[in-house]
Amino acid sequence: MDLTTELLHFLPAIITSLAGLAAMMFAAYQTDMRTVWAVSTGAVLLAFALSVRDLLGDEGVLFSGMVAYGGSAAFGSMVVLLGTFFTFLIARDYLEKIRHHYGEVYALMLFATTGMIVLASSTDLVSTFVGLETMSICLYVLAGLVKEEKRSIEAALKYFLLGAFSTGFFLYGIALLYGASGSTSLAVIGAVTQKGILYWAGVALLLTGFFFKISAVPFHMWTPDVYQGAPTPVTAYMATAAKTSAFVALILILARGLQGSVAGWAPVFEIIAMATMVVGNLIALAQHNIKRMLAYSSIAHAGYALVGLTAGTFAGYDGVLFYLFAYTLMNIGAFAVLGYYETSGNREIVNLEHVAGLGFQKPLMAVFLSVFLFSLAGMPPFAGFAGKYLVFAAAIEQGYLWLALIGVLTSAAAAFYYIRVMVYLYFREPEMDITLGEAPKLAMAAVALLAFLTLYFGVNPGSIVNLF
Amino acid sequence: METLLNLTIYLPLIGLLGILLVRSNETLVKWVSLVTTLATFALSVPLMLNFDAANGHQVQFLTEGGRFVFGLDIRYLVGLDGLSLLLFMLTTFMGPIVVLSAWDSVHKHAAGFFAMLMLLQTGSLGVFAALDAVLFYVFFELSLIPMYFLIGIWGGEGRIAATVKFFVYTLVGSLIMLVALIYVGYDAGVAVNEGVFTSDLRIWTGDAYAIPLAQQTALFLAFALAFCIKVPLFPFHTWLPFAHTEAPTAGSVVLAAIMLKMGTYGLIRFCLPMFPNASEAFAPMMATLAVIGIMYGALVAMVQKDVKKLVAYSSVSHLGFVVLGIFAMNVTAVQGAVIQNINHGLSTGALFLLVGMIYDRRHTRLIADFGGIASVMPKFAVLFMIATFSSIGLPGLNGFVGEFLILMGSFQSTVLSNIWFAVLGTTGVILAAVYMLWMVQRVFFGEVTNEENQVLTDLDTREVGLLLPVMILIVWIGIYPTLFTGYSESHIHHTLERSKAKGEQVAAAARTQTNPAWVATLYGLNDDLASK
Repeated sequence: MDLTTELLHFLPAIITSLAGLAAMMFAAYQTDMRTVWAVSTGAVLLAFALSVRDLLGDEGVLFSGMVAYGGSAAFGSMVVLLGTFFTFLIARDYLEKIRHHYGEVYALMLFATTGMIVLASSTDLVSTFVGLETMSICLYVLAGLVKEEKRSIEAALKYFLLGAFSTGFFLYGIALLYGASGSTSLAVIGAVTQKGILYWAGVALLLTGFFFKISAVPFHMWTPDVYQGAPTPVTAYMATAAKTSAFVALILILARGLQGSVAGWAPVFEIIAMATMVVGNLIALAQHNIKRMLAYSSIAHAGYALVGLTAGTFAGYDGVLFYLFAYTLMNIGAFAVLGYYETSGNREIVNLEHVAGLGFQKPLMAVFLSVFLFSLAGMPPFAGFAGKYLVFAAAIEQGYLWLALIGVLTSAAAAFYYIRVMVYLYFREPEMDITLGEAPKLAMAAVALLAFLTLYFGVNPGSIVNLF
Repeated sequence: METLLNLTIYLPLIGLLGILLVRSNETLVKWVSLVTTLATFALSVPLMLNFDAANGHQVQFLTEGGRFVFGLDIRYLVGLDGLSLLLFMLTTFMGPIVVLSAWDSVHKHAAGFFAMLMLLQTGSLGVFAALDAVLFYVFFELSLIPMYFLIGIWGGEGRIAATVKFFVYTLVGSLIMLVALIYVGYDAGVAVNEGVFTSDLRIWTGDAYAIPLAQQTALFLAFALAFCIKVPLFPFHTWLPFAHTEAPTAGSVVLAAIMLKMGTYGLIRFCLPMFPNASEAFAPMMATLAVIGIMYGALVAMVQKDVKKLVAYSSVSHLGFVVLGIFAMNVTAVQGAVIQNINHGLSTGALFLLVGMIYDRRHTRLIADFGGIASVMPKFAVLFMIATFSSIGLPGLNGFVGEFLILMGSFQSTVLSNIWFAVLGTTGVILAAVYMLWMVQRVFFGEVTNEENQVLTDLDTREVGLLLPVMILIVWIGIYPTLFTGYSESHIHHTLERSKAKGEQVAAAARTQTNPAWVATLYGLNDDLASK
């Protein structure tokens, strides 16, 4: 394959990085940040279209086996770009309202997206590392965007310290695996036959690094604080795009590099998945701050995705890919409505009590929020159900009945805290005098589109699952 | 006909869109809902007329869609057979009645209320028509969402606790069923579908696919748990009185007439044909719980002060009869259970409607607040009496047919082989007469003790009009039951015969191999060996 073709396949990441540079330049010379926003959004949309084209095409590897194209890699990039696109749609009005609408936000997000695309398509541990760090460093800065606020600064610092710590694990794992196999290429690592202590220690450290990034229990401590402290669109971005790319990278590593030793790592995934589902859901039950509740719920959702990985089959990986897609749609949607509530009320809206009775004040937004929450709870006919169904089905096929049972029981507990939001929205009388302003048109359109997609892919999951 | 069936199922969704379009005009919203539900009923009538009752065990009006997800044999499969037809018809029949019942009593967010009713209608129709287990599950859960809002927004004082309890309780059961469902899907796929996951109920319940004893036990328990919570069978009934009491009238009616039937329907649709040995082994246990439910529900109903709560507990008792009939596992009893499903829907539905009417007038449902209102509201009293007689199983009305068949069937049942189930069940009939008639006596007869009741107005044309069709059916089924039982007869014969044969085949296969001790004990494998 000649360089031009290779570059063409890699075009989504090239576009986002160039757009990131352009956004930075524009932000320096332009006072109108909406232009920067428009350029960035256009670039993401273009990259998204290219990744869809890539998804429909064939599969292979680029740059001497450093990154993959097509198949699950293209799907990962597609979901990441979708997440970025919707984040941009909701971010503009939110950031204007909180007076932190800087062009650099888009530049950072575009760089982070570039990192995510590399991460989600890497077939070599070095490119995995490069992608991971590009993404993470941008996210550290984004988490501390509202620098006047203590909580935001705390979030950024905590994220940075723990992220750096986990990177240490990750790098150490790569080093040991290099020692065991003589290469950082997943194909070579996958072919290792002599699996000594060096190999297993490398695998363990590498996976630990990933468990940090996908906030699996017991490596989840940073998540609630960071998600709560960061501005809501950034939280939505971290919870969906960043998590998706880390999961897709994990799938690539498991499927290409570690498939041969599935018997070794599957039990670990089983325990971690159980712990993540139980802890995430149980602590979410006790939350009164809606954003923090969604942070814990996102931990729990990582647990459900881990159920699919535990299965260790291609059906399981496909299930996880769909799960991530569904999760991206419904979670950005939920955060988008939350962001609207935060910025449009005549007073602060952060806790459950604050949304009491709001369901009838702005019915459309509340209906959309209900769709996202039902989907997050895994109720049919929404996409969240199809996702859960696919990962549980893969686990049950491999005989992980107990894992699936714990999964569904924790889902029932989860349903309780999701429907509690609706209890406040619709069933309770307003306790405080809260009036909501009009929803920004752009955010409204984004939320409506997300709700439609959540329903569409819930009724017809095959239309996307059959692609990979 | 296939198109007609699909149209019937999804017409309420179109009505829902219509309601959203005219949402600010309350009158228009009501008319759109009424026309939609009437049209749904009208569309469903040709289905019943064209249904070939003699071949009721075969699926009719079948729509077979393609696979939803590549590599999994999950399809869009809907159709009707002898088991589902009557319940499907009951659902379309109750639609307009429920809409009319809310005509004057719902003013708060009326568009939302009627939109939820429409969604509920599609969900319920889908449950009864689905012939794919995953599709069934989707509709089963879909019907939960509108009911959650109906109780939560338009319910009484304790609505929030009631609706959350209802939602979470039902969800726990159905999620455990989901795991079992996926397991069966793969198992059936490996066994009879070339290794491809399948949730086609025709394959699941077909002759080729049989589940070994140990797996049957666990799967039966998982499925039965979900359905018993929905029924609800004692001791899983605790959500029902709350939900019924707090729900608005329309919600109570749909809950009683249709949603509870999903549980008993599921037991016959899934448990009997798929897990014949486990059904038989657990039949005494289920029947015991059913009898406890019958007596407990009746006894608790007796001491209720609130009429609606009394009717709610009577539901627990009546549904106990249905479960008893199902697990007697002979044609008479199961036939009784199927028709009793319909009867309970009509009589309890009518009672909830009537209680709602008096509540609209007096804003109380306490028995003590009434007395002697028969003289003030004669039409109301007459209709209430008919519903009461139907509920307590007076010969000549529908309730008698079902209860009689169930009790006769359980006397003869070889599976239960113990007449005490029927004997104790019969006390439920007596107790029903006690609590219902005592309540009627205190509410309707004697002097008008409360001055406020003197000025009550009798039922108007709308109220009489919406009750009349129910009353006609109550009498019709009572005097000419074979017309209705005829639809399900061949299906029940077929199911019981096939499941018996399948059960024997599984047991015979089990005897040729070593089984865990508990399996041998539970299914009596050792005794058979000794006797041979």
